[in-house]
Amino acid sequence: MYRIRTAVTPWLLLLPAAVLLAAFTHFPAVMTFISSTFQTPRGKRPAKFVGMDHYASMLSDPVFVAALKNNAIYALGTVPASIALAMLMAVIVNSAIKGKALLRMSFFLPTVLPMIAVANMWLFFYTPGYGLIDQFLGLFGFHGRNWLGDPETALGSLMVLAVWKEAGFFMIFYLAALQQISPSLGEAAALEGAGRWYFFRRVTFPLLMPTTLFVMINAFINSFRLIDHVIVMTRGGPDNASTLLLYYVYNVAFRYWDTAYASAITVVILIVLALLAFIQFGILDRKVHYK
Amino acid sequence: MTGIEIVNLNKRWATFDAVKDVNFTVEPGTLTVLLGPSGCGKSTTLRLIAGLDTVTSGTIRIGGRDVTDAPPARRDLAMVFQSYALFPHLSVEENIVFGLKVRRVPADERRRRLNRAVEILGLGPYLGRKPSQLSGGQQQRVALGRAIVAEAPICLMDEPLSNLDAQLRHDMRREIRNIQRALGMTMVYVTHDQIEAMSLADQVILMKAGHIEQKATPEELYLKPATTFAARFIGTPPMNLVGLADGAGGAVVKGTAARMFEGRGEGLLMGLRPEQIRVGEEGMLPVIVRNVEYHGADSILECEAGEENITVRVDGVRPIAVGSRLSLSWEPEAMHVFDRESGFVQPVR
Ligand SMILES: Nc1ncnc2c1ncn2[C@@H]1O[C@H](COP(=O)(O)OP(=O)(O)OP(=O)(O)O)[C@@H](O)[C@H]1O
Ligand SMILES: [Mg+2]
Repeated sequence: MYRIRTAVTPWLLLLPAAVLLAAFTHFPAVMTFISSTFQTPRGKRPAKFVGMDHYASMLSDPVFVAALKNNAIYALGTVPASIALAMLMAVIVNSAIKGKALLRMSFFLPTVLPMIAVANMWLFFYTPGYGLIDQFLGLFGFHGRNWLGDPETALGSLMVLAVWKEAGFFMIFYLAALQQISPSLGEAAALEGAGRWYFFRRVTFPLLMPTTLFVMINAFINSFRLIDHVIVMTRGGPDNASTLLLYYVYNVAFRYWDTAYASAITVVILIVLALLAFIQFGILDRKVHYK
Repeated sequence: MTGIEIVNLNKRWATFDAVKDVNFTVEPGTLTVLLGPSGCGKSTTLRLIAGLDTVTSGTIRIGGRDVTDAPPARRDLAMVFQSYALFPHLSVEENIVFGLKVRRVPADERRRRLNRAVEILGLGPYLGRKPSQLSGGQQQRVALGRAIVAEAPICLMDEPLSNLDAQLRHDMRREIRNIQRALGMTMVYVTHDQIEAMSLADQVILMKAGHIEQKATPEELYLKPATTFAARFIGTPPMNLVGLADGAGGAVVKGTAARMFEGRGEGLLMGLRPEQIRVGEEGMLPVIVRNVEYHGADSILECEAGEENITVRVDGVRPIAVGSRLSLSWEPEAMHVFDRESGFVQPVR
């Protein structure tokens, strides 16, 4: 049999994937950056090169600053919370308790539902007066409250939903990782008299670190990427109290049709995400134990 | 010092009895070996003593205290797992002192015990490595180290030397015995290697399919096997089991007229250890040599007597030709008689 053994072969094999990646990821990213340095063309007026002007004007754009701040709060709140919750649920569901199949399913359920459906469900939970949450709190004598209509609570309400939705998904990764850990480790530690918390801290948690790194990067990306619930529940309001960056991009691009400015914000999001990924890999990767 | 008592121990997995009515006592400061073929319930018994599995019925006492339902940590014992159970993310050193840290042993005491274990086990060059960077034998020694530094009154070991080469296994065996004696540990040691069992044990518990076949000192197990299973399990080559038949004036070897003893022979087996048989011109049982195997220090003869085959071990290299006719003889106490059906030993008449 004749075999083609040249340096070209591997490149040919990579070509289809490389073409798709370049056409739908790299090329648009570069185009986005280029268009962010021009003015948005209007009517007959051609696009004019403005350099970094869009980036400079962001700093004085109160909505952008609000969206950036909201997104930071949103990410720093939902990521650790959903990771901690996911780990806790996985440990519970991995232990030898009755009805764990049912528990696993109910923890995972939010993941299966589309975000739009989840948002509609929670819209009902948050309904002032007769929503599930107000009814429940009413039992303890609390007054009804407009959770999504109050600038104080709007962002927090969205964050609760996000944690609820994401934790179940991350739980699956943790569950898979936990099942890789040999039960004899737990037995050896139990013989030495290590308590559950000690064992978790010294053994389980470090062994889950590769999963945590993976989950954390995904969680951060999701916190900038998922905005369906913002559109369904608050539309960024009231008074931009729950605007997230991507939702603002959407508004700028498709409601105000300032695509160049929207491109500039998109580039900022990309840079933030890339920085976050680099930091996480750079710092944590050295401390993570891989099998 | 602390002893162990096992009373009517049973363990049932769903439909399978892994341990059946096991009774034994380990005297304080002695070493008991659980010996038996793969799957006979040795590890299960050990895990029940450690409290890692719950008993189906029966009682376990440690130091006179009933610990049948006590959690593992309350039993004051150390254990070497068959699968090592090393923490993959911790270095050799951290693995060894893990338990000492749990129990808040002071740092200098920790260091003293670590250094001693490391010296015995020859782990010095590997202290900073992770388990995945060690060979199987090195990992096994780390697992041993963890048990040694615990200095618990009771130590359970599940095939702790199975992955070592012959030389290292021999050295480690001696070290384990020395440590056990020096610290006055009570030890239960699982193996399926009869040589390990014979050379280490104060008491050997021979198991088969979940029950105890015989418990005895190594000498007794060799000299007075209680069953055909025990007879065949100990010794290389294993004991001959020769079929007997009724003959003129007593029991004869099947297919011959050679009388072995008075009384019936049908349904009985005669046990003879290959190394306790002498060969010569005159003897008790005439045979034909069918095969000769030279092993250096000794030779193994395959002999035929009537319908039966008998293996004989003789010293050195003897000029014995295949097909030659010889006669076998032995001391009266070298002959064992077993019931063919039950396998139990019978008094020799
Ligand atoms: N969790 C379990 N569920 C069902 N059966 C089991 C379980 N653990 C062990 N067994 C069975 O119990 C029997 C005894 O197992 P055990 O591990 O005690 O054998 P062993 O004597 O240690 O063998 P080896 O020398 O191969 O380690 C085996 O037949 C095994 O299949
Ligand atoms: Mg075993």
